[in-house]
Amino acid sequence: MNRYLTLPVLLAVLTSLSLPARADRYSVPKHAAFEEECGSCHLAYPPQMLDAHSWLHVMNGLAHHFGTDASLDDKRRVAITDFLAQNAGGRKTGVTADAAGRPLLRITETARFVKKHREVSAATFKRASIKSPANCAACHRQAAAGDYSEHSINIPK
Amino acid sequence: MRHILIIATLLGATGALAETPRDFLARFEKEAGASASVARGASFFTARQGGEWSCASCHTERPTQPGRHAKTDKAIQPLAPAANGERFTNVAKVDKWFRRNCNDTLNRLCSAQEKADVMAWLLSLK
Repeated sequence: MNRYLTLPVLLAVLTSLSLPARADRYSVPKHAAFEEECGSCHLAYPPQMLDAHSWLHVMNGLAHHFGTDASLDDKRRVAITDFLAQNAGGRKTGVTADAAGRPLLRITETARFVKKHREVSAATFKRASIKSPANCAACHRQAAAGDYSEHSINIPK
Repeated sequence: MRHILIIATLLGATGALAETPRDFLARFEKEAGASASVARGASFFTARQGGEWSCASCHTERPTQPGRHAKTDKAIQPLAPAANGERFTNVAKVDKWFRRNCNDTLNRLCSAQEKADVMAWLLSLK
């Protein structure tokens, strides 16, 4: 009798263990201009990682985008801004603003990012194999597919 | 009549998109009113021009090879046409990247002569 119960129980336990990991998967909506323009220089970060207000500010400052000129023609800029706003934020992300209410422009400064990476030291982020906390795919090997689950993390030396 | 107009428009649109790297060299030389220099292009590309980065910081000093974004580490496909047939085949893309990357490396736009020189050097790489 016990032998027949073991497998389903084991499966149930394993399934429940994998649930928290599933919470770190983002559906990556398809948008050709977004993928081409944002994905040329860095991972096309899931739009859900900032709220709409933050994205509007990012997209209004592309000529000075974290030290580089990432300017776009108006048609593409408006199309990508609309796409980001429509897919922005969500329950996990909440409001992405600083204490004074100003919209955060860096995903790495959002409360969720900070909380999720509290065990990763500044020195680790600076490793030659990682370079910057903005380089998601250095450790989250399936980041391009929106998979940030614990199972897919492999921090390089 | 309407069909002829549609076909003509389509042909016109495809014609405008299908550029070759040599078309860009010719365009920049014409805008500069002078011929390009491979040697000037090589030194322009590989040396810093006042900014924090040179072209080679991301594209490498031998752009038949893939590069990496100096800040984000994202892989960059080879820039030289001999190694990557997609490069310099679209006006909007070429203008966009010269605008952005000249601002990043020179803190200003590139002159037509500078673009012609870089094109000549990139086309010389095998």
